[in-house]
Amino acid sequence: MKSLDKPGSAPTFDSVAEFFAQALAIEIEAWERYGELADQMETHNNHVIADIFRKMAHIEGMHRDEIKRRAGDALVGGRPASFSWLAPEGPEAIDLGDVHYKMTPRQALMLARHNEERATRYFEAIAEAATDPEIKAFAQIMAEDERHHVVLVDQWLDKFDPDDPDWAEDLDPPVISE
Amino acid sequence: MNMIQTQPHAYKPADYKSAVKPVWCPGCGDHSVLVSFQRAMAELALPPEQVAVVSGIGCSSRLPAYTNCYGFHGVHGRSLALATGLKVARPDITVIVASGDGDGFSIGGNHFLHACRRNVDLTYIVMDNRIYGMTKGQPSPTTEPDWDTAISPGGTGVSPFNPLVIALASGANFIARGFTGDVGSCARLIVEAVRTPGFSFVQLLSPCVTFRDDQQKEWKKVTHEAMVPETDDPGRAARRLMSDDGFNLGILFRGHRAPYQPKPLADLDVARLEAEFAL
Repeated sequence: MKSLDKPGSAPTFDSVAEFFAQALAIEIEAWERYGELADQMETHNNHVIADIFRKMAHIEGMHRDEIKRRAGDALVGGRPASFSWLAPEGPEAIDLGDVHYKMTPRQALMLARHNEERATRYFEAIAEAATDPEIKAFAQIMAEDERHHVVLVDQWLDKFDPDDPDWAEDLDPPVISE
Repeated sequence: MNMIQTQPHAYKPADYKSAVKPVWCPGCGDHSVLVSFQRAMAELALPPEQVAVVSGIGCSSRLPAYTNCYGFHGVHGRSLALATGLKVARPDITVIVASGDGDGFSIGGNHFLHACRRNVDLTYIVMDNRIYGMTKGQPSPTTEPDWDTAISPGGTGVSPFNPLVIALASGANFIARGFTGDVGSCARLIVEAVRTPGFSFVQLLSPCVTFRDDQQKEWKKVTHEAMVPETDDPGRAARRLMSDDGFNLGILFRGHRAPYQPKPLADLDVARLEAEFAL
């Protein structure tokens, strides 16, 4: 989220319910985005990366369900009155322009890691700015969740060798070269 | 805990998504246009069956298939002609037109002029990647003259088309530019375009990652919010657009021309139309 790059720009919420609605929207967006990226990679026959994005979608889906559970009585279904579809994308949504049909597992996971880190900073900033102790506590839990996701992605990254420098080489390139 | 107030007839972006999966290249800006479109429709809370998406030919023109609104994937360059007919016949429907710089400014260039002039209430989204992507990367009307590749050695040497200036001169009522690197802003432009009566033209700079892999990074660096607010003065808008660097983002002109909408014929019915077209 762009506002994260600006000091003192942490979002504030009028109620715990509004906080959960925003948190849920972020997780739904991330879940949908990973699903879309997995579909794109499947269409372009990069099944290794499609599997990685599919797993990330699964993780974000579980996090979405966990937030719904934590929200308890705060109804977060539907569209919150204060929520806008026109806002900048959330901190966990990979930029659609950052992927490539020949991308490697390390590149895919580095994108995921980047977004988990952004989400960590996002919820840390909310926790720091919140005056409502309940919102502060929930934001701290969310930040801890996201930190844990960074650790998981790091463990996943360890399983892959460094990228081949010719990773983008396509033996049947679409570009007319001569 | 307090309950959040939800809107009674809320739509989500996913409500405008079809089961057809996009075949655009991963990283293509057109994916962002699709997401922006879905968000804009959700924000406008338009029932999908009250929206028609019309297109021509090209990568960008695949958009209707990926929405569950009514769609018409038409003939190369003729999307505006189709959309004009549809809107005039069914003014109750919101008509969105999807095109690209080749389809919209070359093959469909003449229709573009007259759609602006007629000012029918349409929203025309042009995904501009400055190339013919679907047919292997030939230069388009908006390609830089010195773009030197194997398919255009030394560049075309021809000045690019300035679609925003043309739109203003031809009478478009709303002119805006966005960059697909910012989905929320593109969605906002589409919302404003739909809300503004008359012909609304939205140029979305949409990088082609396959034939112009420099665009994505370059446009992220050079695009910027317009430094001056939108204007309804065509004279000011003309001066501004003529000195534009091509990367000003936002609403650049919003006028007050009444849209063209002929009154429906009182005695028009399906039986009469069928009789007229009978072979």
